[in-house]
Amino acid sequence: MDYALNFAVVWRSFDKLLAGLGLSLLLAVGSIAIGIVIGLVLGFALVSRSGTARRLAGGYVTVIRNTPILLLVLFVYFALPDLGVQLGGIESFVATLAVYSGAYLAEVFRAGLLSVPKGVREAAQAIGMSRMQINASIIAPLMLRNVLPSLGSTVISLFKDTSLAAAIAIPELTFEARKINVESFRVVETWLVASLLYVGTCTVLAALFRRLERRLAIPR
Amino acid sequence: MDFSLTQFLHELWIARVPIAQGLGITVVSAALAIVVGTVLGIGVGLALTYGAAPLRALVRGYTDFIRGTPVLVLVLASYYALGTAGIQLGPFQAGVLALAVFCSSHVGEIVRGALQAIPKGQIEAAKAIGLTFSQTFVSVLMPQAMRQILPTWVNTAAEMVKASTLLSIIGVGDLLLASQEAIARTFMSLPFYLFAGLLYFTINFGIERFGRFVERKTHIPS
Amino acid sequence: MATNILEISNLHKRYGEVEVLKGVDCRMQQGDVVCVIGSSGSGKTTMLRCINMLEEFNDGSIRIDGDEIGYEMRNGTRHRKSEKEVARQRALTGMAFQQFNLFPHMSAAENVMLGLVKVRKMRRDEARTIAEKWLDRVGLLARRDHYPGQLSGGQQQRVAIARAIAMSPRLMLFDEVTSALDPELVNEVLLVIKDLAREGMTMLLVTHEMRFAFEVSNRVIFMNQGRIAEEGDPKDMFVRPQTERLAEFLKNSSFH
Repeated sequence: MDYALNFAVVWRSFDKLLAGLGLSLLLAVGSIAIGIVIGLVLGFALVSRSGTARRLAGGYVTVIRNTPILLLVLFVYFALPDLGVQLGGIESFVATLAVYSGAYLAEVFRAGLLSVPKGVREAAQAIGMSRMQINASIIAPLMLRNVLPSLGSTVISLFKDTSLAAAIAIPELTFEARKINVESFRVVETWLVASLLYVGTCTVLAALFRRLERRLAIPR
Repeated sequence: MDFSLTQFLHELWIARVPIAQGLGITVVSAALAIVVGTVLGIGVGLALTYGAAPLRALVRGYTDFIRGTPVLVLVLASYYALGTAGIQLGPFQAGVLALAVFCSSHVGEIVRGALQAIPKGQIEAAKAIGLTFSQTFVSVLMPQAMRQILPTWVNTAAEMVKASTLLSIIGVGDLLLASQEAIARTFMSLPFYLFAGLLYFTINFGIERFGRFVERKTHIPS
Repeated sequence: MATNILEISNLHKRYGEVEVLKGVDCRMQQGDVVCVIGSSGSGKTTMLRCINMLEEFNDGSIRIDGDEIGYEMRNGTRHRKSEKEVARQRALTGMAFQQFNLFPHMSAAENVMLGLVKVRKMRRDEARTIAEKWLDRVGLLARRDHYPGQLSGGQQQRVAIARAIAMSPRLMLFDEVTSALDPELVNEVLLVIKDLAREGMTMLLVTHEMRFAFEVSNRVIFMNQGRIAEEGDPKDMFVRPQTERLAEFLKNSSFH
């Protein structure tokens, strides 16, 4: 293999890669924030007593989870305009990833809700709290602690999915890396650095979640 | 929308061969990635569970690196970088290789988790009747691990089908790319994307059903 | 006189800095039924598990029928025998565990057959006949095709005992086999063990069941802090303990 590793080229464009990473994070934060709201609503719906709610939420989750995310991204960006919904690149991607996250987070929250013992709700009802109050002050906080591990891994997974934005030319990390690769032909170095940036960010995210878990842990 | 269902069906019929070929490529690329990835993944899982400390560290480094990298990056890196390493691979092979590597890291974790979940007493009971380690692995450990591995592995298989769409980005003529080409010709974005979505959904749903069937068949009575 | 079935000499075992067996000696002849009693941490289970090499030991020797277990001296240094050899030696003994450890994915019969097919290299139909004979002996022939998940604790333990005995071991090892059982299920297991004792099976049992030890064994070993503190006929030992520690132990256990 007559290929001399030369990181200088990549180093010169490192600021562009960092900017790309910054955009990836922004996309992730925006989509996941909305996705969490969607996921919470769907999560509660999935365990609700109303069969209709369960079926509707279940349908949403099943459809999204069985569809490739790239297809969804292209669909929202290219096909929705046919229906009159014209979104700019970033808005379109954030909307897509939010809808996508919602489905996965719904499952996470559903499992979390199921892990809260039934007796807790009954005790709160016995005191006379309303459904809303019970869900907000008792069920949700308890569920959150149980849910943190899988929430963490889902969030990390969704962050990696921001790389799909490169498919619609949004200048996040993967897009920038591909550009540098094509312009400089420094393939190994470029992708190695891009990879390390992703792996590094995921590691930091994982550590943050573990910290959060410890912080919120109920003393025993 | 300025076209009707009949117009779409007509265009779909015209495009039936490339779309069918695209579907074929999707299925084949996913299947190859799953098979190669699973074989590799079992090795990874075994190394992580029973390997010596240096081997475990090496394999752990490998899986952590792969799992921390987006699949698209793996696909692009494989496509662009392998040529420079002197390995001449077409986009299909490069893409499938990337998917297989991705699959192996997931399968490795699944296998490791399942093997470590088996109570130590099982190995002790097997030792007590004089079984060697390979006999223990084949007759006692793997059958029990399989029951835990199977559902999650089926999930991974479905993930591979979805990940195969990324091959379209490096020019492999899968279902997604074939649909995009049909759209470029006919401008019927919505129906072709919906149709592709329907096909992907059906495949994955089928995989899920198959998984539940296998789970039922291998269920231990209790 | 034939060789002793079991000969333990100067057995030492360390876990890191802590020495859990400090030079244990034990001899058993064919037909002996020996119960090992003592509080947790006394080393009794560790000693048992050294006999079939589920635990490594650091010094001393264990011989079954004259066969040196686990280690040998080569050129003046102590070497561990190969995995293959150790596996072969493990088949000389049978062990029943506190947690039964039945293979959950196999029926009762298949559990008993596995060792016969894989280690004794029998044909499946041969193995099945033997398995059914032993399941019958422990009173569970009717359950031969049931899975462990479908059996009660007492039934599982009896299958586990059948699994061990079907291998025709020279020595049967029982590691607190009734400790994990509900009280009403303990008796069915003790009856099986009494039966085996009557038939002359050589058995070494770690147990908390004092009354059982008193009735069944021809010798009791009391262990304390890694050493054998007292040893003898239960009929003497339990009534007239020689050491203060044994007296204390007997007082605190449910034996009267």
